[in-house]
Amino acid sequence: MVNSAKRSAGLGDMIFLNLTRLSAVLTLVMLLGIIVALIYGAMPSLQKFGFSFLASREWNPPMDEFGAVVPIYGTLVTSLIALIIAVPVSFGIAIFLTELSPLWLRRPLGIAIELLAGIPSIVYGMWGLLIFAPLFGQYIQPFLSNTLGHIPLLGRLFQGPPMGIGLLSAGVILSIMIIPFIASVMRDVFEVTPGILKESAYAVGATTWEVVWKVVLPYTRAGVIGGIMLGLGRALGETMAVTFVIGNSAQLDTSSLYAAGNSIASALANEFSEAASPTHTAALIELGLILFLITFIVLVFSKLLLLKLNKQQGKES
Amino acid sequence: MLNDTQTAEAMTPQITVRDFNFYYGKYHALKNINLDVYRTKVTAFIGPSGCGKSTLLRTMNRMYDLYPDQRAEGTLLLDKTNILDKGIDINYLRSRVGMVFQKPTPFPMSIYDNIAFGVKLQEKLSRAEMDERVEWALKKAALWGEVKDTLNQSGMSLSGGQQQRLCIARAIAVKPEVLLLDEPTSALDPISTMRIEELVTELKDEFTIVIVTHNMQQAARMSDYTAYMYLGELIEFGVTDQIFIKPQKKQTEDYITGRFG
Repeated sequence: MVNSAKRSAGLGDMIFLNLTRLSAVLTLVMLLGIIVALIYGAMPSLQKFGFSFLASREWNPPMDEFGAVVPIYGTLVTSLIALIIAVPVSFGIAIFLTELSPLWLRRPLGIAIELLAGIPSIVYGMWGLLIFAPLFGQYIQPFLSNTLGHIPLLGRLFQGPPMGIGLLSAGVILSIMIIPFIASVMRDVFEVTPGILKESAYAVGATTWEVVWKVVLPYTRAGVIGGIMLGLGRALGETMAVTFVIGNSAQLDTSSLYAAGNSIASALANEFSEAASPTHTAALIELGLILFLITFIVLVFSKLLLLKLNKQQGKES
Repeated sequence: MLNDTQTAEAMTPQITVRDFNFYYGKYHALKNINLDVYRTKVTAFIGPSGCGKSTLLRTMNRMYDLYPDQRAEGTLLLDKTNILDKGIDINYLRSRVGMVFQKPTPFPMSIYDNIAFGVKLQEKLSRAEMDERVEWALKKAALWGEVKDTLNQSGMSLSGGQQQRLCIARAIAVKPEVLLLDEPTSALDPISTMRIEELVTELKDEFTIVIVTHNMQQAARMSDYTAYMYLGELIEFGVTDQIFIKPQKKQTEDYITGRFG
């Protein structure tokens, strides 16, 4: 079958077929190449520390002792904060743009959001360090301490000296950076929801909120989750902006989000060029490998989530 | 006495349209429409594409409200309330006036939830009452037999004809008084179409039905009253038999005999 199709397809098609095939294979080769290079580069560290690398909070270049807990924690916590803020805000933006906004406002607002996505991350970093962090430390952090800080358990996250920079600030900056991505994906998928489906929901007496929450969102959930994952992927790997505001401390002895911390990407950016010992370099490469794995796990997790949601809805059962 | 009031009730129109005009932005889509829709009867709107029949239908549950550049003028009474009034409760109106669309539009949820969706918005029912309501609506829509064992499956897994009956069940589950059908069979095969037509004929005992159709045979078969519209104007309105057998106007005759349109 394949052969006969090829014969009738002619030379041009054959070249085209092979070119596209080459492109597809190239991504696989590159993916594999990166994985191999990371593992190879991390080998000294992998051999020296083994799994204890994942459990140790020690990050001591002079002593050649390395553990990944602090940067992993920083990466996950800042990304989580970013998602907690960005998802509802983006959802609101997308609903407003698709359902509620007057027509003349839609285009300018949409463009503004896309422009926000185009700002280089180093600009976010500078803005975060010079303008956002001081204001944050002076007004918002004390306010949060006085309000959320009193809640049992959760309150511990919001105590400590309000320095402006730290994990929480990094998370907030990240949220601003990923909002445009999540919001524009959400807007696009909300827009392709058939009008007649929305009208059907309105026709049984649903309010705009009910239509969006119970019909549009389930209908578009694959796209919405995709958008959130896009944002999360960016948050996990974001380097410059985070490096500016996270505080870059390899110590972490408090559960407070006000504390300075470190993320994988910012540790790499800060230390890679200065790494003196081979172990240090290897440890940093291993951090890169871990970041890669985290992103992969997130991707798998989102696919599983989609499968589960589809099952709940009873699509194929 | 009772009979008298019943007859009187049947003869008073449920929906009264007077001096009604409709605009899409600057475009004058409906011009001075006057029309009565009678209780528990089927009223059909026919006419060539673009004549405004769907537009007229969509004003009866204020669907046009969703679009900022559309507006209506005149009087459109549901019983005695002018539903064009700014102050009316639109969600309540829509629970009284249900609608089914050109294409089946099952919500992305289970068959059961599709039916329960609208009911939940209006009423607080216990689980048992809701089960009963869902069964009632699905039976009314002649779908119960086919789906009673698969209520947890997605509404989207049904065939097109079943989906449309699901949409009808969803609309009547709210127990509306009026059912608006906007070309409900235009996306369906002939057998599914036939089933929907039978269904509508059964439903008219309990609901006032308004149907838009581009299929004249369908209007002739199903409806008690027919309105023929052309370019935003109501050309002729009357008892279906009369419209089809002895139309008063030449234009109507041309259309129903297939000379144009």
